[in-house]
Amino acid sequence: MIQINKVKHVFVCLCLLGSILAVPRVTQASSQSTIKYALPRLVKIFGAGGVKNLYGYSTGFLVSPEGHIATIWSPVLDTDRLSVVLHDGRKFEAEVLGAEPHLDLAIIKLKSERELNLPYFDYHDKVIAGPGTRILGFSNMFRVATGDEPVSVLHGVIEARTDLPRRRGAFELSYAGDVYVVDAITNNPGAAGGAILTYDGKLLGMIGKQVRNAKTNTWVNYSLPIDVLSKSIEQIITGKFESSEDQKKPDTQAPERYRPVDFGLVMVPDVLYRTPAFIDSVLPDSLVAKAGLQPNDLVVFVNDELIKSCKTLSAELGKLEAGDLLRLVVRRDNQLISIELQVPPEKK
Amino acid sequence: MQKVFFCAPLLTILLISLILPAFAQAATVDPAVLAAQKQRIDVIKAVSPSVVAIFGGAGEGGGSGVLVTSDGYALTNFHVVAGAGNFMKCGLNDGKLYDAVIVSIDPTGDVALIKLLGRTDFPFAKLGNSDLVQVGDWAYAMGNPFLLATDFQPTITYGIVSGVHRYQYPAGTFLEYTDCIQVDSSINPGNSGGPLFNAQGELIGINGRGSFEKRGRVNSGAGYAISINQIKHFWDHLKSGRIVDHAALGATVSTGSDSTIDVAEILEESDAYRKGLRLGDEIVSFAGRPIRSVNQFKNILGIYPAGWTIPLVYRRDEKKTTIYVRLQALHRASELQEQAGQKNMHPDQGPQPGDEKPPQIPHHHAKPEAAPPPEKYKHLYIPKTGFTNYYFNQQQQDRLLQALSESGNFTDRKGTWTLTGKQIDGGDFTLTLADKGIGFEIGNEIFLQSLETGIFMDEPPGTGGFLAALHHFRLLLSGQSERFTDFYYLGSELLDGKNEPVDVLVATQTGTISRWYFNKSDLSLRGFDFYLTENSEVCSVRFEQFQTLNGQKFPGELDILYGNRSVMKLKIERVKLETSENTKK
Repeated sequence: MIQINKVKHVFVCLCLLGSILAVPRVTQASSQSTIKYALPRLVKIFGAGGVKNLYGYSTGFLVSPEGHIATIWSPVLDTDRLSVVLHDGRKFEAEVLGAEPHLDLAIIKLKSERELNLPYFDYHDKVIAGPGTRILGFSNMFRVATGDEPVSVLHGVIEARTDLPRRRGAFELSYAGDVYVVDAITNNPGAAGGAILTYDGKLLGMIGKQVRNAKTNTWVNYSLPIDVLSKSIEQIITGKFESSEDQKKPDTQAPERYRPVDFGLVMVPDVLYRTPAFIDSVLPDSLVAKAGLQPNDLVVFVNDELIKSCKTLSAELGKLEAGDLLRLVVRRDNQLISIELQVPPEKK
Repeated sequence: MQKVFFCAPLLTILLISLILPAFAQAATVDPAVLAAQKQRIDVIKAVSPSVVAIFGGAGEGGGSGVLVTSDGYALTNFHVVAGAGNFMKCGLNDGKLYDAVIVSIDPTGDVALIKLLGRTDFPFAKLGNSDLVQVGDWAYAMGNPFLLATDFQPTITYGIVSGVHRYQYPAGTFLEYTDCIQVDSSINPGNSGGPLFNAQGELIGINGRGSFEKRGRVNSGAGYAISINQIKHFWDHLKSGRIVDHAALGATVSTGSDSTIDVAEILEESDAYRKGLRLGDEIVSFAGRPIRSVNQFKNILGIYPAGWTIPLVYRRDEKKTTIYVRLQALHRASELQEQAGQKNMHPDQGPQPGDEKPPQIPHHHAKPEAAPPPEKYKHLYIPKTGFTNYYFNQQQQDRLLQALSESGNFTDRKGTWTLTGKQIDGGDFTLTLADKGIGFEIGNEIFLQSLETGIFMDEPPGTGGFLAALHHFRLLLSGQSERFTDFYYLGSELLDGKNEPVDVLVATQTGTISRWYFNKSDLSLRGFDFYLTENSEVCSVRFEQFQTLNGQKFPGELDILYGNRSVMKLKIERVKLETSENTKK
């Protein structure tokens, strides 16, 4: 039944897409005014990062006249010196007010003694749009804009509103709900936290973080729908927020049969939400030392599972069983190096 | 399961509300839609013939370009012609392959000019005004991405302008994209050098670069085009066949405490310093554009050629001052030459900034043998240090010298010249211009400038070398330009940064430099600037009231200025120009 429904679902989407593309609206005038409306509501965020693949910048959008900003929950926010630059070049310090990691959402607030009275998006207006809807994407991808330069604008079409396959080997994503998949290339460094709007200026969603399908090595351009985010945005702003993470902490405990050190790996201190899995040192004569791993190697795969952080590395290694074949892929400079070893018996 | 239940009713509603009307409308599509579609088709039809597919002379690499004149001048990127050889093959959408020759390169701006050969009626693109481009405007990128088109029909990608006045960091000091247009129209390897058109089919930029990062060198939603307005500033420079240089102010700026943009460093020998700019001054506007960020300042500086004079407004102690600053060269000649010398290097081996790279066609790593130039076009390429193709400089020199001799031909007067007359508001003067020296008698004073020592001592004070300047004057007007150490066509600029556009010839001799200004519309000689050394204050001579001598025009009045301040005006009453035979006697 589910299978049939899915096929139907795809078919209907295609029909919709086809029919709507065949009747494009002449929307030049309204898209121009939407751009003029939206750009002052987007902000450039600069924070932690700036090394390797950790970008120290992202995008956000104003959701209150007092300077509340919705943005992506990411390591960029993991700093005491978070700075936000408005479209007109005004620069503010900002603080993280709250976050909902399961929605990849964070709310930050500009620090200001004065009343700001900034232009903002009304996130209560839970607009939903279907496939074929033309959209504009706003983000500071690649950090093209600095100072008083406005962020970049992309155009595209909603391809689907669906969830992303979060299966093993597919998209590594903590968020489980619906997303808008769009054909504008929003999956770029620094774009996460930006906004997508309809051509006539309705806020549809927040651009998601960069995720890649490990199976097909493709990147998906998606946004988190505003109707999903709206409640949490409001709760964080009004201070009535309880993170869903706090509620269901004691989840099914993953097995922890092995730790990195059991193979001779000493990882860098796990200080960030997602600390990249860099090897700090390799214990002499250990299994990985013999296999040739070195300090500063970045672990990218464990048995075909993408390793995004020290946490996922620990989790993947924990699942192993004695006698398993362990295949590690590390990045050294710009090379990928693959090693294989036999998992030793468990140490009690 | 939940999701399926949620989606099904929603989709059903959408289906009813969207598909049905769509089908119902199928027979009668909104006329506005059809009109918009027709406009797109018409624009593509109209501009496609001007799009060029460029192939290296040895069949290696390649890229795109766009014709901008009927006699075959086409714009492309420097990084496309680098490595393509001096002669290229270019395909147009008529399916024909044309020979083309390199004209000039601008390695800093990543622009190159080539000339397609064999026709005088090439289709060409109409230039737009890139300063009018707005975010959200539709933009067509055309070219030959991935070298797909073997029949030279351009590939068209359609998108919107994502940002204007963007600044993209250079690799060192080359390949800097300033004041450029950012688009989400797909820019891929092979698109480089191709045109960006606005919705009306006007050329607004040259595509050359993208932000790529993790996907390798394919479109990732951010492409950059060099603005056509920048290229307009460089147009005559590009036609000069030189290796064209960009400009420096001789000062750097940084963001001050009140978010003002202030002078952070300044060279004392820079023209900006001479004109009064000092450390800590706030830059209010530059080239008429208000300055609010360092990027903005770099954006503006990057779109002008070295040697141009640009208005700058600065503020000190609440007082605003406007100065006209002559921009200095960004590079030493040797640096430019070196960059040009890398012509045969594959550009993707060159230094590239961060993530922003010109999209590249993959090529074999074996260095191709340069194909021999087509026999009948061989004469169109002349190598010379400092030039991309000296042939085109000669053409421009000839054009201006021809105009000069048509208005006043003194080529048979290579001897001593004696000019006498009155200084306005002053006494009588006599100027004697000879090979060995220049004499100037005015009132009771006599100045004698020897030309044999190369040392400029006995100049009238506060003129910056007026007498040495007149030596250049005599050499040029008497058709002895071969006696200059260097003599070339520079390009064009606005006279004194604010008057009419002029063509510029440059002459150097024993370290002295003169720049000659010809009105672009009637090619009349308007005057010249003279520099005792590269960084000296300028001695300007402007010609007024031409008089006729035996049917030949000769300046009737010389206005002499030093550093833009008037020094004296000499009204010439009698002219005696000797032939070289006379002098020998």
